[in-house]
Amino acid sequence: MNSDSFHLFVIPFVAGVFFLLVFSVWKYWRWIKKFDKLQRAKIRKNIWTWRFLPAIWEAFREGLLHWRITKKNLLLGYMHRSLAFGWFLLIVVGAVQAKLAFPDGHPLWIAIFFNYFEPSYSIDFPKAEFFANLMDVLLIYVLSGLFLAMFKKVWSRPLGMKRTTRHTLMDRVAKLALWCIFPFRLLSEAATSSLYGNGGFMTRGLGNVLSSMGVADPAFEMSCWTLYSIALGTFFCLMPFSRYMHIFTEVFLIYFRQLGVKDSDKKTGYTMFELSACSRCGICIDGCPMNRELGIVNMQGVYMLQSVRNLELQKNAEPIAENCLMCDRCVADCPVNLDLSIIRRQVRIKNKKDIDKGGYGYLRNIQPFNSIGRVAYFGGCMSHLTPGISRSMETIFNAVGQKYWYMDKNETICCGRPLLQQGFENQAFELRRKNTEMIVNSKATMLITSCPICYQSFKKEYKLSIPVMHHTEYINMLIESGKLKLRKDDRRVTYHDPCELGRGCGIYDQPRNVLRATTTLLKTKEEREHSLCCGFNLGNPTLDLEQQTAIRNAARDNLMAPKPDTIATACPMCKKAFQHADNIPVKDIAEIVAENIIK
Amino acid sequence: MKKFGFEISKGRQLNFDEMKPDKVEKLLELVPSYKLCIGCGGCTAACSAAGFTDYNFRKIHTAFFRAQYEGLDEQLKRCMLCGKCLLVCPRGVNTRSLIINMRRILNNVDPVTWRPQRELKSKNEGGSNE
Repeated sequence: MNSDSFHLFVIPFVAGVFFLLVFSVWKYWRWIKKFDKLQRAKIRKNIWTWRFLPAIWEAFREGLLHWRITKKNLLLGYMHRSLAFGWFLLIVVGAVQAKLAFPDGHPLWIAIFFNYFEPSYSIDFPKAEFFANLMDVLLIYVLSGLFLAMFKKVWSRPLGMKRTTRHTLMDRVAKLALWCIFPFRLLSEAATSSLYGNGGFMTRGLGNVLSSMGVADPAFEMSCWTLYSIALGTFFCLMPFSRYMHIFTEVFLIYFRQLGVKDSDKKTGYTMFELSACSRCGICIDGCPMNRELGIVNMQGVYMLQSVRNLELQKNAEPIAENCLMCDRCVADCPVNLDLSIIRRQVRIKNKKDIDKGGYGYLRNIQPFNSIGRVAYFGGCMSHLTPGISRSMETIFNAVGQKYWYMDKNETICCGRPLLQQGFENQAFELRRKNTEMIVNSKATMLITSCPICYQSFKKEYKLSIPVMHHTEYINMLIESGKLKLRKDDRRVTYHDPCELGRGCGIYDQPRNVLRATTTLLKTKEEREHSLCCGFNLGNPTLDLEQQTAIRNAARDNLMAPKPDTIATACPMCKKAFQHADNIPVKDIAEIVAENIIK
Repeated sequence: MKKFGFEISKGRQLNFDEMKPDKVEKLLELVPSYKLCIGCGGCTAACSAAGFTDYNFRKIHTAFFRAQYEGLDEQLKRCMLCGKCLLVCPRGVNTRSLIINMRRILNNVDPVTWRPQRELKSKNEGGSNE
């Protein structure tokens, strides 16, 4: 053993670990205290259940193996996995090795600086040679990931990323410290090996090189170990203030999510966990239509979270939250599954709090229609501009003999979601209250809507006791139960997934089933979760017509690629957007079905 | 007095010396597409809120453009922001942005940081002193 079990150079490392531990516990404690009532109730309800088992599995799969990133790109997944899982294994195997070498217990740093304190196998423990070689293999694994990370900095395209994140100064310094850790570790182990001949195949080889160069010297060895310790200590000290806080935070976030905690409309402690769990990988940037078509790269999820996190530092960052289509593409791409749109909405709500006052007194006198035994049909504001959709729905209702109440035939009350998307929380609540009152008093058995925006609103924001269906779901149900007989025509169609229906509510298969029953459905390159926004989404109030058209054209090109006869969609807004894009007919699914009913 | 459903209309004369167009300038800066408006009234015809009340969006934005700001915020509160006006507009004016920005200018909310601001107000007062 090198003198004894302590040396001055371990101090930076120990101080770093101590600081990280104390600071993280304090930070997490503060956030947990800021959870709101609903979130606390969820935790209290589910904490004594077996939900921690799936949480552990997910934390292992996502935190260490980075499964979702691997699905995006193999090489990118390998890079993240080798750094996370490789380092994790280094720590675990190192701890086992130290435990075998010092069965009577040892201080923490012995495991980390094992080769220094145990240079000559003086205490013969079983499989010492094997462990030394294993540690070397693991170090090579981590170093290969590090090499890829450096390569990505120069040229990120082979790793599946066209653009990478622009990091803050703190993140860059922390990254530098992280990058120094592993080369320094290799160098210090090699330096010890050049003096004592210990270590695995790689360290011993490098040690021989060092001694042949004539630097086998205790002073050199000491300085190497000191640098390694300082790199570790610096990294641990910077961790709570940099992107690397996501390493621990993600585990907590996964657990809370498994317990059923959801984000609310206000910034709570849970939001703080989400903000810190963002690893700032920048995967959200590539998919964003604002980047792809307009080249705007300052408002994507990663920058929005950054601006929320550093609100005190960057006051001007608030408009970032306003400039977004809310198409949820980033939510689908995010490897941490952060609910970016809800956090963005929180900022918008905060921005609008001074002008969030409605004057909807005029809605008071509207009375519902007594519709016991009927279904309520809510066309939505936009369907009034595409009357073909509501007319087709009426045809379908009549064909199956379903009595219905067309709720907003003459008097349209908005569902409130467009207001809520813009952050007008109270105004949206007033509209929701009126609509709920109408639906409850009408005693309708089911609510069917033609507009995905309304559908998501009724499904998620209203608390209705009756089932809510989008018309594609309803038609699919009619076909499956055999009530609606359709003929198949020779049209070849491509289907455009509306953002609010697909990514918003997860309705992908029902519209496709309906289309397959009546037409020939073609595949497009980017569909389902990766479908493109039509650009006319109500989420972004700042885009002008040319910008919206540019986004629309990209989506159109994607739909036109398989050379269809008709473009099908399930959203009046998308229909309106594509109508003038090309000479091709654009039809809603309801219209296609209404044309093909067998009487 | 009994209301007969009609009244003597107020004078519509504009006094250019008394006009304070700073809010209009701000609006045009924030929503440049408003310059394209031809006042066709399509927005009003499509409007959901206009189906219930005398809410008239063309009247409102015209009044704003003429710097007659009184009572506009009360009117704009009736808007449900559904976006039908946006889709019918033949000139591609971003009407929703127009509504949001008119409201925030009328309420003196800073267009960048979204906080209530003082500068706009003091500029007004400065203008009136001259």
